[in-house]
Amino acid sequence: MQIYLPIAEISLDTLLLLGLGGLIGFLSGLFGVGGGFLMTPALIFIGVPPPVAVGTEANQIVASSVSGVLAHWRRGNVDVKMGFILLLGGLVGSSFGVWLFAVLRSVGQIDLVIKLSYVTFLGIVGVVMFVESLRSLRRRRATGSGRGKLHKHTWVHGLPFKMRFRRSKLYISALLPLGVGFLVGVLAAVMGVGGGFIMVPAMIYLLGMPTSVVVGTSLFQIIFVTANVTFLQAYANQTVDVVLALLLLIGAVIGAQLGAKASVLLRGEQLRILLAVMVLAVCAKLAYDLTVTPDDIYALGVAK
Amino acid sequence: MRGPERPGKAISLGVGALAVFGLVIAGPLRAAPLVADLSKHLVAITTGFAGTDVLLFGAVDEPGDVVVIIWGPPEEVVMHRKSRVAGIWINTAQMTFERVPSFYSVASSRSLDEIASEHVLSRLEMGVERLNLPLPHAKASPNIARNWRDALIRNKQRLGHYAHEVGQVIFLGENLFRTQVEFPANVPTGAYQIEVYLLRDGRVISAQTTPLIVGKIGLEAEVYDFAHNYAAFYGLIAILVALMAGWLAHVAFRRH
Repeated sequence: MQIYLPIAEISLDTLLLLGLGGLIGFLSGLFGVGGGFLMTPALIFIGVPPPVAVGTEANQIVASSVSGVLAHWRRGNVDVKMGFILLLGGLVGSSFGVWLFAVLRSVGQIDLVIKLSYVTFLGIVGVVMFVESLRSLRRRRATGSGRGKLHKHTWVHGLPFKMRFRRSKLYISALLPLGVGFLVGVLAAVMGVGGGFIMVPAMIYLLGMPTSVVVGTSLFQIIFVTANVTFLQAYANQTVDVVLALLLLIGAVIGAQLGAKASVLLRGEQLRILLAVMVLAVCAKLAYDLTVTPDDIYALGVAK
Repeated sequence: MRGPERPGKAISLGVGALAVFGLVIAGPLRAAPLVADLSKHLVAITTGFAGTDVLLFGAVDEPGDVVVIIWGPPEEVVMHRKSRVAGIWINTAQMTFERVPSFYSVASSRSLDEIASEHVLSRLEMGVERLNLPLPHAKASPNIARNWRDALIRNKQRLGHYAHEVGQVIFLGENLFRTQVEFPANVPTGAYQIEVYLLRDGRVISAQTTPLIVGKIGLEAEVYDFAHNYAAFYGLIAILVALMAGWLAHVAFRRH
């Protein structure tokens, strides 16, 4: 059944939108990523104008993250203190990102910047994660139990403003989660993502958080950052389609619940390899699209 | 599936001035040798909207050819041209057309070039290839301007806003005619002008302009208006709805 979306100003099939929400919600619950890095390109692909896809997706991620975080909360997998520090950086970063988005749009290069950011970040994150998970899987097989060393000491541990994060069993500088939060906030606004695909690896490899609390804590931060993006995009650009978001999130919240349940069945390394493969697949597709000769080198720009 | 179309109070466009949906005679005429009207003067975009057809019908006093042109509200269009830079395709050129019909289609009773001379056809902009789409002066040499123009038309056709072919005006006997105007699901909203021409021996004998409104109606219109007039409120509500939905889903799953 077709439904007319008031802000996107197009008609789309209801079942298609519900199905899309469900599938990506499942992956979001499974991996602890917002799912935006899959959903935003998918929405653009089915004909939603890119600015509306970005604004609406932020709104939908709020919902799927809430439902995801509650599931993790009950298992005690949320480091609230770490979440708040990440959040502080995230709020500043996402506000800056919405402004940057508007500037790039007026110059006519927003599409290119979005795609290049996807290729760059997905490429780096995908490769690092894939290699790391393979290595730790092999190590686990070899020794049979645990890691050799808790973590390596690097420049990261010399930074000031150290704080103790008891849930994560960490004693690190608050500047680190602040910086990670800021970067993820900018990406959330510009790329129409929750930023989980950057934050999850950053938490594991840069902050050194245990995998078990990473998913819940990133979802916790994503709720507030995407809420901020939703508000700013709705306020400044009127690009949040509530009807579209509702349809997507009906599918997504159900999918996210199933995904969170399924994630218990999989080991951390397996989860990471799966996520890495998916990230690399999306990256390859986007890179290919940038290099392949377009059907028509002329295209309509953003409507004014 | 097409939903019920409720012609209602809240048309999202500020077009109260077009309250008179009657026929407006244009052109220096004797008695009206041509009358035409639409099956509806309002295309209401509602929840189930998936495109619609509007019937245009009319009568002529004397034999001739009938040409119907549908004009969407004019808009400014920015176009980009890509070229390959270091292996990837990037927008490297840009052109702004200041006044472009957002929607355009033509229907005629015979093929256009049999009806009138090229001169008449281009003056009346009959046929998509004869649209007058001026580019800013001194911005492009004639053949480059031609490329931009063709690209604009091609892109509009791909979008479904310009018809690929000239539609059929069908005569029922000597005097009565009708044609079907198709509007796709992504039809631009606004005030449309429908021009009906009666031509004989390559000359326009009579012409008439009829307005048509394409607008959002009901819930769609209200959501759209709210989003634009109370943007901050709309943003907060969007967030609240999302928070509620996420929580509801969690509660629903915990019970099971």
